[in-house]
This record gives sequence, structure tokens and C-alpha cells, in this order.
Amino acid sequence: MIPLNYYLILSAVLFSIGTAGVFVRRNLITILLSIEIMLNAVNLTFVAFGRALGSADGQIIVFFVMTVAAAEAAVGLAIVIGLFRHRESLNPATFTSLKW
Amino acid sequence: MTEAVAFYAFAAVAVVASLLVIAQRNPVYSVLLLIASFGALSGLYVLLEAPFVAVIQIIVYAGAIMVLFLFVVMLLNAPHEDTEYDERVHPLLRPGPMRFGASLALLLAGELWWALGRAGDSGRFPAGAVASVGAIGRSLFTDYAFAFEVTSILILVAMVGAVVLARRDPFDRSVVPQLEEEAQVASSFGAGGPAPPENRP
Amino acid sequence: MTPLLIAQIVLTLFVFVMLLNSAAIMVYVERKVAALLQQRLGPYLVGPKGLLQPLADVIKLMFKEELRPRAADPLLFALAPMISATAAFAAFAVVPFGGETTLLGLLREPLRLQVADVNVAILVIFAIASMGVYGIVLAGWSSNSKYSLLGGLRSSAQMISYELSYGMALAAVLLIGNSLSLTDIVHRQAGTWFGFIPRWFIFLQPFGFVVFLTAGIAETNRAPFDFPEAEQELVAGYHTEYSSMSFAMFFLAEYINMVTVSAVATDLFLGGWQGPFAETIGWVWFLVKVAALLFFYVWMRWTLPRYRYDQLMAFGWKVLLPVSVVNLLVTAAGVLYFGL
Repeated sequence: MIPLNYYLILSAVLFSIGTAGVFVRRNLITILLSIEIMLNAVNLTFVAFGRALGSADGQIIVFFVMTVAAAEAAVGLAIVIGLFRHRESLNPATFTSLKW
Repeated sequence: MTEAVAFYAFAAVAVVASLLVIAQRNPVYSVLLLIASFGALSGLYVLLEAPFVAVIQIIVYAGAIMVLFLFVVMLLNAPHEDTEYDERVHPLLRPGPMRFGASLALLLAGELWWALGRAGDSGRFPAGAVASVGAIGRSLFTDYAFAFEVTSILILVAMVGAVVLARRDPFDRSVVPQLEEEAQVASSFGAGGPAPPENRP
Repeated sequence: MTPLLIAQIVLTLFVFVMLLNSAAIMVYVERKVAALLQQRLGPYLVGPKGLLQPLADVIKLMFKEELRPRAADPLLFALAPMISATAAFAAFAVVPFGGETTLLGLLREPLRLQVADVNVAILVIFAIASMGVYGIVLAGWSSNSKYSLLGGLRSSAQMISYELSYGMALAAVLLIGNSLSLTDIVHRQAGTWFGFIPRWFIFLQPFGFVVFLTAGIAETNRAPFDFPEAEQELVAGYHTEYSSMSFAMFFLAEYINMVTVSAVATDLFLGGWQGPFAETIGWVWFLVKVAALLFFYVWMRWTLPRYRYDQLMAFGWKVLLPVSVVNLLVTAAGVLYFGL
């Protein structure tokens, strides 16, 4: 039997990997991918707790998180396409025209 | 025993694949490694006796969202991170804000590990009944019916938004000279033979 | 190592080998049926009535030189046909092709004629079909050639568009069948009405069957939806740059996807292995029904002209998807009213 803590630790590790990706990478698509990693880590936590508490609510929340992640990925990628058309680059450092 | 082996195998694949996702320079490889990570997570959901979520993970995340990412990466055909400095030094080793961010992430991981390690071994799963797909569906359409309907509107808004945001501006003036030139070249291959010399670009 | 476990392992290997054989048989059947439809003879030299023609094809493919374009991404170029073939084989793992059997009394407990009995079998098939898209996308991208890229992107866009109607038709059957497990759905189709009409779901869901089969043909990139592979337009689409065994794997994946779609359609709509004496020779009925659907596939390819790509996408989104959604609504209303 795998204790609940092991799943939570794994989820924490994945979440921090995702966070590191968002901070470290200089490519818009990889940043979006890191956000997806974070969302998946959270999904794992929800399912693990749902199983530990014996309710279906964990899986239902995961269902909603996945839906929202899909919508966010679609709109985020559309924005990335628009940005790329404007500046021909995926580096967030090129989009600094609003900086003072 | 087999459950422990399966857990460690899936967990190792998930962590290694996620690390490689943020370490890879080629975005296509990043997307494929993330799909591998999602597959490992799906296996973990099966171990947690949530087969519905496991299959939905493959259908929605690995099968739809990642295809979307792959399409965008392939169609944009973006160069890899462009400056020479980025080419020389691997992303995780650069100084400045990036090292600060990476060390913050490590600090977060350490704190979480410490906190969870102190929680004791109280995390045994009860051997109770597992929620079936039917129970999930019933709960989804009765207790969470409002959230369900709202997500359908959310998806509609996201669809419309994505189409509008990614559309080429029909009044984009910068494209017109190129279109005119293409029309001239195309008309020179028309059924009436080559265009008269004064029309050639 | 109980006898049941040994029998299950043997069954898995047996299913794998039979899928390979089915691909070989489909090669022959396609060429022969195409020939007869076009009033010519087809293969007749190799072996009696040309029956050894697939063997000759396989030997030819094995001896061809394996080429790789220099600019192609080596890892992805090698990986793409593997993904296609693996997804094609894996999808058949959850399809039951016979009732429980004790192998004429050799086993103490009955053995299900299904490699993996999961209770969410329909969703698993759908999930693995979604994974099959990656083989094509990666083949198109990694070949680093414009025909391949266009063919790969068009083909995968077509596949993900028709997956929606596929899923809606599946959902309508789910409403009637009341279970996600294919074995349960087949069991619910046992018996007859009025003594002679079998209780197959095709009679309850005629439009659902048509939508499912059409979406299945589009999913497997077969005519009339095979624009991405059309020789006249795109050379050979996503498998332009492949040769020898990699090409054979794509070929294999296409035929096995056809077999899987036919098998799933048989289980969902045509009663699976139900028929007279279903307990002992149920698998024979299953084979007969799958063979009929495969013949329909080949017949469609050599009868209908191919759809142009924009017509194909318009058909998928503007015709097939609304029809499948309306079918789902009507089915839901019917189930509620008749209390099925």
C-alpha cells in the first residue's frame, strides 16, 4: 500500500518543477507547458485526497480543472500566435513596449 | 508489491519527463516529453482507483490539448531561443533572475518535503468503496450541475476567443502588396497564356 | 501459473498474431475486391488464386532499402511509425470477440475472449484513437518536407475533427447500453424481438451507426476521406519519405485501425458475437460481421470519389457533428420516455 503522503510529495515535486519552468524558461510555449505541469500536479493531489476521503468529489474537481485547463490552453496559444505574428519571436523579453 | 513497483515506476517517469520538459531546448521534444509525463500520471490515477479520470486525462490532456500545442509549435516553426547567449548557456545554469527563480523553486520543494515528512504516516488509504463512474456522473449532474453548465459556456467562450484572437486581420494593409504580386504571378499562368509583358512584375 | 493465466497469455499472443494476419488478409482482399469491382483479375499469379500475394508484398518490403532524409529529425522519424503501429494494436486489446469459453472443458473457470477486461472499455478505445494522431503528426513534421508536413497536419486535423462525431455516436450507444464496458453492451444485445429480429442496437440507432461508421472511415484516413494521402495532390502525404519497414508499419497501422473500428462497430451495433449457438461459436459470428464491415470499407474506397479537404472538414463539422448531437438528444429523450 502506498501511503497518501507519497502521492502528495510527488505532486509537490511536480508542482515545483512546473514553477521552476515558468521562472526559468524564455520561450512562451514552454512557459505554457510548465503551467500545464502545475495543473497536473494539483490534479494528482485532488485525486489522492478524494481517494483518501472516499468521496467522488476529488475526481469531479479534476474534471473541472481539466476543462478549464483546456480552455486556457486554447486561448493562451491563440495569444501566442498573435504575439508571434507581431514580433516573430517567442521570447517574452521582446514584448516590453509597455515598460516604463 | 506490484503496486509499489508500479507507483515508483510511474512517479519516476513523471518526474524525469517533467524535468526534461523544462530543460529541453527544442519545443517539439518538450511537448512529447510532457505527453509521456501525462501518460505516467494517468497510470498513477489508475493506481488511485480512478479509471475514469485516468482515461479522461489521456483523451483530454494527452489527446487534445497536447495536439493543440504540437500544431502551434509546428506551424509557428519558431527558432529556438534566439540570442547567442541563450544558445551557449543552458537555461538552468544562467545567472541573474533565472537562477533566483530556480533556487526559489528548489526552496519550495524542500519546504514541501519537510512539511509533508513531519505529517507522519497518517496517510493510509481506507479500504472503503470506490466511486464508480455512475456515481461521479450522478454527483456531477445534481450537486455540481451549475458548475457543469458554466464550464460549457466557458468552453464556448474559449472557442470563440481562440478563433478571433488567432484570425488574420482582414484589413491588414501590410499583406496587400504581397497579395497583389501573387495575383499577378498567378494570372500569368492562366488559361489565356502568359500575361502581356507590361503586366509582368 | 494457473492454467487460466497461461491461457490468458496465450490469448494475448494469439490476438497479436491474428491482427497481423488480418492485415495481410486485408491486403489481399483489398486488391482482389478492387479488381473485381473494376472488372479485372487482380493478383492471380502468386500462389493459388493469388493467395500468397501478401507474403510476396511483405518480402518485397523487407528487402527494400531503409532511407532517411538527411534533414529529417532522426529520433522522431524513427518514433512516428512505432507510435502509429502501437496505438493500432493497443486499441484492439479491450475489444471482446467472443463470450466466455472454457476451451471445451479444459479450464476450471471460463476465460473471457478479451485481452483486457476493463470496465471503461469504450473510453479506452477513444483514448487510444486520440493517441494514434501523434504518429501521423510526428511523421509529417519529422520528414522535414513540405508534402509530408501538409499531409500530416491535414490528416491529424481531420482525425481530431471526426473524433467528435465518433464520441457523440458512442455516447448515444452508451445511453442505451447503460454501461461503459463492451462486454456488457454485447450482453444487452442478446435475444430477439418477435422471435426473428435480433436485439441489435443498429435497429435502435440507425443514424448512430451511420455516423459512427462514417467517422470511423474518416478516423482511419480511408477513402472517401483520404485526401491527406492522395497521390495526385500530396504525393503520399505524411508517409512520403518513408520506405521499407517504416512504411510497412504505417500500412499495417492503417489496416489494423480499420479492423478495430469494424470490431468496435460490431460490438456496439451489430451484437458482437450474438447469434445462434453463441456460447460455442460466437467468435465465428463476430468474424462474419467484422468481415462484412471490412468488405464495406473496401467497397467504399473503390466506389466513391475522394472528398476535397475543405469539403471533408465542412462535412465533419457542419453535417456529421450536428447529426450526431441531434441523435444523442433524440436517444436521450427516447430512453427517458420508454424507460429503457
